[in-house]
Order: sequence, then C-alpha cells, then structure tokens
Amino acid sequence: MTVRTPARTAVTGRTSAPRKAGRFWTARRRDHLVGYLFVAPQLIGSVIFVLVPLGMVVWYSLNEWNVLAGTFDFVGADNYRRLAEDPKLPSVLTASALFSAGLVAVNLTLALLLAVLLNQRLRGTAVFRTLFFSPVVVSLVAWTIVWGFLLQKNGGINGLLSVVGVTGPNWLRTGGGAMFSVIMVQVFKNVGLNMVLFLAALQDVPASVYEAARIDGAGAWRRFRSITVPLISPTLLLTSIITVVGSLQVFAQIAVLTQGGPGTSTTVLVYYLYQQAFQFHQFGYGSALAVLLFAIVLVLTLLQWRLRRRWVFHEA
Amino acid sequence: MKITRLLSLGLAILLGLAACGGGGSGKDKGEVSLRMTIWTNNADHLKLFNGIADEYRRTHPNVASIRFDPLPVETYSTALTTQIAGGNPPDLAWILENTAPDFVASHALLPLDDKLKKYPGYQYGDLAAGPTRLWRQDGSLYAYPFSTSPFGVFVNTDLLKKAGQKPPAAGWTWDQAIASASAVHQRTGKAGLVVRDFDYKAWDNLATVWGGWGAEAWSEDGKTCGFTKPQMVQAMTFLHKAIFDQKAMPGPGTSPDFFAGDAAMTITQISRAALLKGAKFHWDLVPLPAGPNGAYNVIGQGGLGVLKNGKHADAAADFLAFFTDPANSAKLAQYFPPPRTSLLTADALAKSNPLLKPDQLQKVVLDGIANGRVKPNHTGEAEIAQTVRAALDPLWRPGADVPKVMASVCGSVQPLLAK
Repeated sequence: MTVRTPARTAVTGRTSAPRKAGRFWTARRRDHLVGYLFVAPQLIGSVIFVLVPLGMVVWYSLNEWNVLAGTFDFVGADNYRRLAEDPKLPSVLTASALFSAGLVAVNLTLALLLAVLLNQRLRGTAVFRTLFFSPVVVSLVAWTIVWGFLLQKNGGINGLLSVVGVTGPNWLRTGGGAMFSVIMVQVFKNVGLNMVLFLAALQDVPASVYEAARIDGAGAWRRFRSITVPLISPTLLLTSIITVVGSLQVFAQIAVLTQGGPGTSTTVLVYYLYQQAFQFHQFGYGSALAVLLFAIVLVLTLLQWRLRRRWVFHEA
Repeated sequence: MKITRLLSLGLAILLGLAACGGGGSGKDKGEVSLRMTIWTNNADHLKLFNGIADEYRRTHPNVASIRFDPLPVETYSTALTTQIAGGNPPDLAWILENTAPDFVASHALLPLDDKLKKYPGYQYGDLAAGPTRLWRQDGSLYAYPFSTSPFGVFVNTDLLKKAGQKPPAAGWTWDQAIASASAVHQRTGKAGLVVRDFDYKAWDNLATVWGGWGAEAWSEDGKTCGFTKPQMVQAMTFLHKAIFDQKAMPGPGTSPDFFAGDAAMTITQISRAALLKGAKFHWDLVPLPAGPNGAYNVIGQGGLGVLKNGKHADAAADFLAFFTDPANSAKLAQYFPPPRTSLLTADALAKSNPLLKPDQLQKVVLDGIANGRVKPNHTGEAEIAQTVRAALDPLWRPGADVPKVMASVCGSVQPLLAK
C-alpha cells in the first residue's frame, strides 16, 4: 500500500509515492518500467528485425560467403575495394538516379495536381479520390504483373494507342521505354498515397488566407505559389523523403517487368544487389552494396532534413 | 508483486516462442520428414512422385513424410540457394544443368556412388556414361540425371496445312523450317516457330539453333568466348533475319503458346508432350532441322541430388536410390528420359510414353541422347548468363549490327570465362 502525495502530482502531472530508504520499486521506477514494457514489443522487433540484420549486413560485407561450398572467410575491406573498382557500378548508380529523379518529379507533381483538383468542392470528387487511392492497397506484385501484360508489344496500352492511330513502342524492350515504364508503373501505384497526404494538408490551409489574397488581387497561380506551397511545405518535405527513400528501394517492378534490361538500362542498385547476392551467390559483395545503399539513403535523407530550413516555412 | 508477475509472464511468452521456433523437425521423435524441391507443378508429375513416395514410406516407417516442394522454374536456382543460405536447405533437390558445375564443384551435394552401388537391385552399371558426365567430379557421382531430355520440334500439322506447307520430312533443314514458319505467319497470322522458354532472355535455349552451324557459346575448356566465331555470327545473322525480316519467329514482347494452338512449331523437350494431352490439333514431333553443319542434337538435363548439409542426408540418399531404381525409373520415363541404358530403347520408352510413337522416340529421344550436346553450362553460370543476356539485348531489334553485338558479348563475358 502506497500513499500518494498531491504536491508531487501537481509538479510531475502524475502520481508518485514517497521514497523509502532501501525500497527498489519506487513509483517512479515502476512508471518507467511500465513505459518500457509498452514500447518493448516495438523495440524488440526493431532490434531483432532491423538493428541486428543491419549489423550482420555490415559484418557479411567484410566476409566472403560461398553458400554452396558452405565457406565463410574474412576478407576485410576487399568487397569495398571491389565496389570502388566495379565497372558496372556507374551505370547501376546512373539507372538508380534516373529512376529516383523521374519517380520523385512525376509522383510529387501528379500527386499535388490531383490533390488540388480533388480539393475543389465538386460532385464526384469522393469517387475520384477512392479511384486514385485504390492502387495503393493492391498487391505490388499483382499490380506489376498486370502492367507487364499491358506493356507487351501487342498489349493493352499499344492496343489503346492504335485506336487513335498511334503505333506504340515495344515498351519493355527499349532502354528509354523500359525505364519510363517502370517509373510510371510505380507512379500509378503510389501516387494516391501522396495525393491523400497533400489533400489533408490542403484542407488545413485556412480559407481566410486565400480570401485575403483574393481581395488583394492575387491570381490563382500567385495564391498557389505564395500561400498553398509554403503552408503545405511540411507535407512536401515528408512526401519527398518517403518518395526518395522508396524510389531507391525499388525491386519488384524491375524483377517482374525487365529483370534489369534491356542491357543494364533498368539495373538499379537494389536489383544489382539482389543479382550479386542471390543469383551470383556473392553475399559478401551483395552486403557491401547494401551498405552503400544504406549510406546513400542516409545522406539523402539528412540532406533533405537539413534543407528543410530553407523551404519548410512552418512545422507543427 | 504485480511487476514480478508481469516480468515472469513476459519471460514465459518469450521462452514459449523460442521453443516453438526450434521444434517440429520430427528428428527428436526418431522420425524423418524429407523435402524435395522440384520445378514442376504438373498434377500428373506430382501424382507419380507422391505415389513413389507413398510406396517407399510403406517399407520405411521411420520416414514420416516426403514432401515435393515445387518452385517456379524461372527463379528455381535462386530460390534454392536462398533456402540453403537461410539454413533451410531441402533434403533433396532437382538441379538444372546450367547450375550443375556450381553444385558439383562446390561439393554442396552428397556423393552418391556408394549408396547407389549398395542399394539392392539398383543396377548401378546400367547408368550410361554420357548422361552422367556433367554430374561427376573426380569419379564421384554428385547427382542422378533423372531427366536427359533432347530438344525436338513439335509441329502443328493443321496450321502448316492451312498455310499450304508440307510437314517436315526426314533431313529437313533450317532454311525449310524458316520458310514454312514465315508462310504460316503471313497466311494465318499465327506465329511460325517459337524457341520455347527463350523469350529473348534465356539465351542458352538458342543452342538449339546455333548447333546447326556448329557454333558453341564457349570453348570446350570453358575459357574462351565463342560468340565471335564465324559459325556463331552466321547462326545469329540467320536468326536475326528469321525474326525481323522473314517474321518467321515472334519478335520480342510477344509470347505465343504452341500448346494453345498459337504457333506452327516449337522447339522444346519431350517432357512437354504432356501438354498435348487432349490437343485440338494434329501434331508431330520431329528432330531439330539440320543446319549448314549438318544434323545435330541438344539435350537439357535435370539432376537429382542430396544436399550434404540437409538434416537427413542419409535418409534422403536412401530415398533417392529408391526413387531412381530400375522400376521407378521406368515409371518416371514417361515424362523424363532416364539415364539407364536398359530403358533407352524405343520399345521401353513407348510403353511409358503413350502420346509419342516409337519412331518419334527413336529419332528425337534416343538419337538425341546418343549424340546430343548438353546446353551451355559453366561454373559461375548465373553471372555469365546475366552478362550475356545484357550484352545480347541490342541484337533483338531491327537492323542490329550482328558482328558488333557478338563482339560486345565476348568483350563482356570473356573476363568471367577466364576466371
């Protein structure tokens, strides 16, 4: 039985027991423990499924692991030296950069455009919102397989184009066409998510600000540039980070649609990593590529975070 | 007290979860559960395998279960090595011929000679030398080549007739095959000739074409690229012309299915004959057409091996011996031509292949096994295959400079071959 003191409650905002010499389970410690127990499942999951594998990947990158022969030899920095000398890596990084740049530009622009359009008080906007969001909840692989059929030379996309007299290209068999296709498949899959985030941000912009601007004679573009963009800039930051990080982790679309081809035009970093580790059985080098990917994602995220001071005008 | 109870409960749950993770192998109870990875999901194949497994279990009560685990053939080797890397290797596995050198050289498989020689009634000496060559190292047999399947051409004779073309006759050539295929496409709109499973990615299937020119992907010792050799350049020039000029073969991005009646001819193995059960068109099976270098045969192989690091390697080897003994080999022969000389006769194969005539079996299967070259294979095959695939991609467009692409292939792959 413990005695609770109103004075301490007033200061800390919670109940607490007076200290008793020699007693370990003070109310404060007990509160702490309860807190830790609440976060424990997430913490244990993160440690087991994130931190430990992350550490293991770093360790694997310092070794060469021949899965078939069952050998595991320490090679020090050899895999990183190979990384620096790999003649295929520049084209892989270029493909990754192209994919990311294309995806981020198209996805964010389209998402913002859709959000602005669907933020109007018009009939049927709820239906369109649902339509644009629905691909987000579809299985990625199923979505990609369907697009694989549509993008065939004699598939649905070229069938539609032929109706208007256009002969479509062999989308997945030309370098530019394949990259464009995987970007668009990913954009259509996830644009709904960014759209919803933008929509929520747009609905938080006070109508009175627009009204004041309108009275001052600001046109639609000026209102968008000077009011909408600054006021939704935290969401712009969030969506750009999510999209950049997601774009660097693209795998299923490449594996299903192009397998990195034609040539190596769509061999992005994650697919190259997969090839090295799981197809060529070079787990050590694959792990070094994973560490490189981690470093790139980390640097880009930190860069965006630092840059937020320049273009995020208010943060909640 | 409450805290102590809470902690105890948490610890109990964790211990419980840990206990769940470690059990279930059946090993502790003296029982063995075997798992074999395969790349077929055909119901008839699985029925046959399960029948053999049930028969084995009747005389081996210690074997609680034998599970056949189908994996997609396109990603089979990757899935298998991932399972091995994850510490969950199957007990037995089918091995594709293109990865045979990697599996054999790495000693990931259990040598089978002793087990097979001692197994009652196995007749180890019945195994032909040719089909087992790829699966041996230093005299030891590391996998049983359960399928030594030559490539032939399945022909839709109805489609040929509709296009006014004669069915292939003895000694037919690539020029005749492409002329007929081109005519079919022009007159019926259907595809002419399909190299099945190639799909402009799995280029090793093109060995069934360039063999007619006497070309090879690399030298006998595997050290020198063969794509720039005149025979290969000629074969690839012929192929390119057939695809893009004569439209005799479907171009990239289209995948007509012969077995659905969408193509006049397809190059594939006899194990695909099962797909013709109940076919709504007349068909024939003929040998590969002769090229400028004359007649030739190409074979694809599948090996069955025991993973040395599997949980029950000895029991798995014992089941392998039963699965491939003379009686069961005869049963498997209806889908997979066996390496046993006693079964490699037209009459013996005809008994288990009701869909194929003895004449077809003799010309395609038996002559193919006797003289066929195995599809390209090499240690480090996956990286080599991927490198060649990427370098060959520029060939699959109209107007490609064939010699230049071939030079690019050798430029890319030679460093890997020379390793």
